[in-house]
Amino acid sequence: MERDDLIVNDSYSLNAKHGEEEGVKIRKKLYMVTAILTIVTVFEIFMGVFFKRNSTFTWETIKLLFIILTLVKAAYIVLIFMHLGDERKNLKYVVLLPYALFILYLIFIGLYEGLSVQELNNTFR
Amino acid sequence: MAGQAQAVSKDQLWGGGQSPFGISYGKMMMWYFLVSDALTFGGLLTAYGVIRHGSADLWPVGEQVFESLPMLHGSYPLIYVALMTFILIISSVTMVLAVEAGHRMDKKGVIKWMGYTVVGGFIFLGSQAWEWSHFIHGSGGGFQVSSPLTVSASDDHNQPITMELSGGTWVHMTSDLGHAYEHALEHGDHIEVNNGKLIITPAAHEGHDDHGHDAHAEAHTAAAPQEYPLEIVLNKYTLEHKDLRKLTVTGAEAEKIMKNMASNTLVFGANLQKNEYAVQQQYANFFFFITGFHGFHVLQGVVINLIIFLMAVRGVFERRGHYEMVEKVGLFWHFVDLVWVFVFTFYYLV
Repeated sequence: MERDDLIVNDSYSLNAKHGEEEGVKIRKKLYMVTAILTIVTVFEIFMGVFFKRNSTFTWETIKLLFIILTLVKAAYIVLIFMHLGDERKNLKYVVLLPYALFILYLIFIGLYEGLSVQELNNTFR
Repeated sequence: MAGQAQAVSKDQLWGGGQSPFGISYGKMMMWYFLVSDALTFGGLLTAYGVIRHGSADLWPVGEQVFESLPMLHGSYPLIYVALMTFILIISSVTMVLAVEAGHRMDKKGVIKWMGYTVVGGFIFLGSQAWEWSHFIHGSGGGFQVSSPLTVSASDDHNQPITMELSGGTWVHMTSDLGHAYEHALEHGDHIEVNNGKLIITPAAHEGHDDHGHDAHAEAHTAAAPQEYPLEIVLNKYTLEHKDLRKLTVTGAEAEKIMKNMASNTLVFGANLQKNEYAVQQQYANFFFFITGFHGFHVLQGVVINLIIFLMAVRGVFERRGHYEMVEKVGLFWHFVDLVWVFVFTFYYLV
């Protein structure tokens, strides 16, 4: 079996290298993203502790905000920490699009069915 | 596939052409695996959502259930899980710094940052273990009221309020009271409810000490009864009223509730049949399954990281000419962090 992480001439892995100065810039970007992730997490905790669920309207907004912030964190982790942002466009699409499609459909089914179960429970239990 | 892996010339791969994605086979397969695993976790979280929103009864609120810190009394809602999230994010950062060091062929840097990542992973696992242990142990236990009752409670601003409890309402004991009650039940001590207090008379000790001699005569007499003031909490984990106050019932009013305990409904902590946090056992089931499955992934990640760390120390990647293996396990570790971010949001926050 041939392993293309062991090829010695012009392997993809060898092309991924960078020097010291580039390294400093890259590390700076990583620290910035870390700070962003930390701030967003702290803000989410703050929201979770201090915002109460009394008004339905506000709670729906808070829930939506939680989900949006989580998606923002996920985007930063996938694109920058996992380096998917540095990869070719077709790889990005192959990884993200099928997943997004499946997950959106699954969530749609989940919410629709869950609502239906709730209504049935409220009617017949 | 036996023996040592061989270096190959690039003319043999892709018929002399290029991989359409520009990355090695191993990295491509890691991405494919991550997509499939992400679908698994997505399925689990969606199942959680369906059960939760389909539930006719109230679902427990994250910041009410998860409010303890190890070795401290008091209420610190969601602080512990915030610390766990922070630890995992930081270990993800140390991982990406290890990858960056690998791109500069900086062996010492790789070793340093991979080491920190492994340590962070172990700390997360230990924290999760404490979380499970505390969840299973419980915070005072709860029971159902057997018949309708009217009691006078006070909210957290000490405003009095009259509450009508219907038969089947869930109430909880505060943690000191509940632990004393549970301890008494385990030891077979005598439990009595009177004067707004729980009175526990320790069972008389019989029997022999370790050396097989009879215990001293004093030990045969029952120890003095201990008293615990009654304190029952309504809405401890769920939120029934629009203004969401946690209502406490003490003294004689609490005694009315204690004497009205429906038989076979007292539960402490959580197990595979019942849990004290919710009427729905699915709450505990999902907690154990989702956090357990995620924790299992963290364990796998830590083991793999440790192996790659040792390989880096031995100079395998220096000889190979690149640190792509560190990148590949880094992808898995970041995935583990990503899943935790979602679990944290959907189980604890929302």
